[in-house]
Amino acid sequence: MADEKQFCCNGCKQVYLLLNENDLCSYYNLDKTPGIKAKGKFTSGRFEYLDDASLVQKLVQFSSDNQVNVTFSLPQMHCSSCVFLLENLHRIDPGITTSRVNFQRKEVFISYNPAAISLRKVVELLAFIGYEPAISLNDISNSREPDSQTKKPTKFRRKQIYRIGVAGFCFANIMMLSFPEYLSSGNVDEDLKKTFAWLNLVLSVPVLFFSSSTLFSSAWKGLRQKYVNIDAPIALAIIVTFARSYYEIISGTGAGYLDSGSGIVFFMLTGRWFQDMTYDSLSFDRDYRSYFPLGVTIINEHNKDGYTYREEKNIPVTKLRKGDRIIIRNEEMIPADSILLKGKANVDYSFVNGEHTPVEKNNGDLVYAGGKQTGTAIELQVVHEASQSYITELWNNDVFKGPKTRTESFIHPWSRYFTLSLFSIAIAAVVYWWIINPANILPALTAVLIVACPCSLLLSATFTNGNMLRILGKNKLYLKNARIIEALASVDSIVFDKTGTITQPQHSVIRHHGPELSDNEKDMLRQISSQSTHPLSKLIASQLQKTSTSDTIISDFREYTGSGLEAIVNDIPVRMGSAGFIQGINASVKTKDTATEVNVQIGSEYKGYFSISNQYRPGVREAVDSLKESGYRLHVLSGDNDSEKETLQHLFGADAHLKFRQLPIDKLEYIRKLQTGNQRVLMIGDGLNDSGALMQADTGIAVNDNNAQFTPACDAILDGNRMKDISRFLQFAKAGKKIVTASFILSILYNIVGLSFAVSASLSPLVAAILMPASSISIVLFVTVTGNLVAKRMGL
Amino acid sequence: MSALFILIGISILVAGSFLAAFLWSVSNGQYDDDYTPSVRMLFDNSTNTSQNQKNITKTTKKNAGRKISLR
Repeated sequence: MADEKQFCCNGCKQVYLLLNENDLCSYYNLDKTPGIKAKGKFTSGRFEYLDDASLVQKLVQFSSDNQVNVTFSLPQMHCSSCVFLLENLHRIDPGITTSRVNFQRKEVFISYNPAAISLRKVVELLAFIGYEPAISLNDISNSREPDSQTKKPTKFRRKQIYRIGVAGFCFANIMMLSFPEYLSSGNVDEDLKKTFAWLNLVLSVPVLFFSSSTLFSSAWKGLRQKYVNIDAPIALAIIVTFARSYYEIISGTGAGYLDSGSGIVFFMLTGRWFQDMTYDSLSFDRDYRSYFPLGVTIINEHNKDGYTYREEKNIPVTKLRKGDRIIIRNEEMIPADSILLKGKANVDYSFVNGEHTPVEKNNGDLVYAGGKQTGTAIELQVVHEASQSYITELWNNDVFKGPKTRTESFIHPWSRYFTLSLFSIAIAAVVYWWIINPANILPALTAVLIVACPCSLLLSATFTNGNMLRILGKNKLYLKNARIIEALASVDSIVFDKTGTITQPQHSVIRHHGPELSDNEKDMLRQISSQSTHPLSKLIASQLQKTSTSDTIISDFREYTGSGLEAIVNDIPVRMGSAGFIQGINASVKTKDTATEVNVQIGSEYKGYFSISNQYRPGVREAVDSLKESGYRLHVLSGDNDSEKETLQHLFGADAHLKFRQLPIDKLEYIRKLQTGNQRVLMIGDGLNDSGALMQADTGIAVNDNNAQFTPACDAILDGNRMKDISRFLQFAKAGKKIVTASFILSILYNIVGLSFAVSASLSPLVAAILMPASSISIVLFVTVTGNLVAKRMGL
Repeated sequence: MSALFILIGISILVAGSFLAAFLWSVSNGQYDDDYTPSVRMLFDNSTNTSQNQKNITKTTKKNAGRKISLR
């Protein structure tokens, strides 16, 4: 809030503040924004590690004496004001020469003068204006070049666009130059005819050698592995079409089928392009390195003249060694397995096991990497280097060693049957003409191969998938690629993670059980619990609203680690805490001790307990019900304790398998076990703790609540609010398979018509020129229209 | 009839220039990001900014060449 106005994000607010600060219009004439630095209270040494020269070298893309270029990913970027602010960085700090935003990729390209500003200062400036760059271990790890994931796809994609553009240009022009031949029924001037034919020949060369090269190389790759993939018959058809056309033109016997041939290439490339759409700002292959911070504060102590000097230094995590002493502040992540030396540790292991309630640790305890400290700063001694920590061991499992092996798509067997029957028809035609009229053998054979190209098979699959990807994307289920649709359609078992997936993260329901509390008592409890920093106390304090205005006097407040609180409020002794803690003064209390219950004793009276339970995502019940109806086998794996077992069993039904206290590796093994029982598993999870399971499952969907949040490696990313639609998504995926099959049948009908011309050796270029684009276009229309209709029916 | 030959030549030339323009626009990066420019053009163009934009094209071009030599 600034000046009583609300803004959608920090960017908008900063823009407003900048404008306001400079009396609006003058902003546009300003070269500098004075005051922003004076205001900058961003002094923490968090980015000190960016002073390390070798690290800077790994992060930047280019550096010289007067210019350094670097690209940062800024997950917080989300509206057009962000673009405005980030592209005007040079006004905030003149050391920055240019900054350019790629909004869809949520990236900013910055070039700056290293003599005027350091990388650390640039990052601090970005963090100060509210866009902290996501710099993680992944950015500097040696296995990947820092920019390989952003630069190479761009290059590849550009080449794809070139290919489509060239093919489209040549196709349209060849088509135009072929019209006189078709429309004049052969009454064209011979010279003109020849010119047109030769022009067509010249125009078709780039299509054959440049545009269709991907089809050839893919087919060749398949053949070398002794495998006929769907590109092989297409490559054969293209070669035959062009060879026969070139022969006809050069020998002056005909006009060839160049328009149909280049048309096939153009449609095919467009279909692939349509199918291979990607989500630029999402990443589907993150591992733990993306979660881990780059820098950590270490303490050096050395003795000099009898005094001990303490020095704090921020170093890159990769340089952390066994025995180093480190400081972890509030909300910072523990980068390596360590022993607690000093301070009160409340470690939130939600990354590792999904449980949000922090665990208390005492001096001398082992603290595992991946936990987040909440509360005051703690001091630790490292026992394992970051790469050898307990959590990182999961990534040494075989599932992370290579890409998932998928069963081949159902269109591949189809295409093989198609090729097989095509060859039998060709042979039959050859045999027939060999007996009847041997002069017709070659025309019939080539015509069969030209007209029966399985391109419409491929087209129907690519356009259906591409269209479905877009519809699902609109509904906030982002798939990694088109093959996931088929994988989703064949799923029969669904495994859910609990925390963060079917429950809402950071949302708890607090209920009081037992004798009703008076307003006065509620206020007493609120006041006591607000004294404590324990997460359960904080939850209770936030739940109990201020009800009484009377003054309360709290004295003798004491907190017993691991048991509870005690205080005297208005002369009444009050205790809150575990059952054992209450039983210490009131033996009549008979509740079990669970981690999610807080018992209350006021005076000599037991006042019941507060239960803390997870809040389920809205719509989960309906989603689960419809999944049950559709006959999916449901499983729930939770890293949490089993306090919610009854609720879950009720929600998922008696048949569902529930497992609690599952470590990441347990989840992985569980899924592997299901798979050996011949089940096709869909895993739905959210955190780092599910990443092994997401990798192992046939399909892994990561649930994500806001775009800035990292998701682990997975096949698809689903917006948390759309969890309720999960069964509809699965149905839609199944419908997709039917649409593809239907369009296959349609394309086979076209092929039968074409083949009947071909085997009779009477395929004229005109028939080919009408049949091919007509079949391609009608199939594209059919699949997109039915896809959209089905989606509309399902309410997607 | 010869007029037709000239016209065909011209039409191919015109079409070819469009193809060239398309190829240039792809290589210039106009297809890499199809969202941000639509936002960018809404911002007020002070003299400073337009200069800035020029600088960007210059530096990115420079870098394109350099990056190759660097790696």
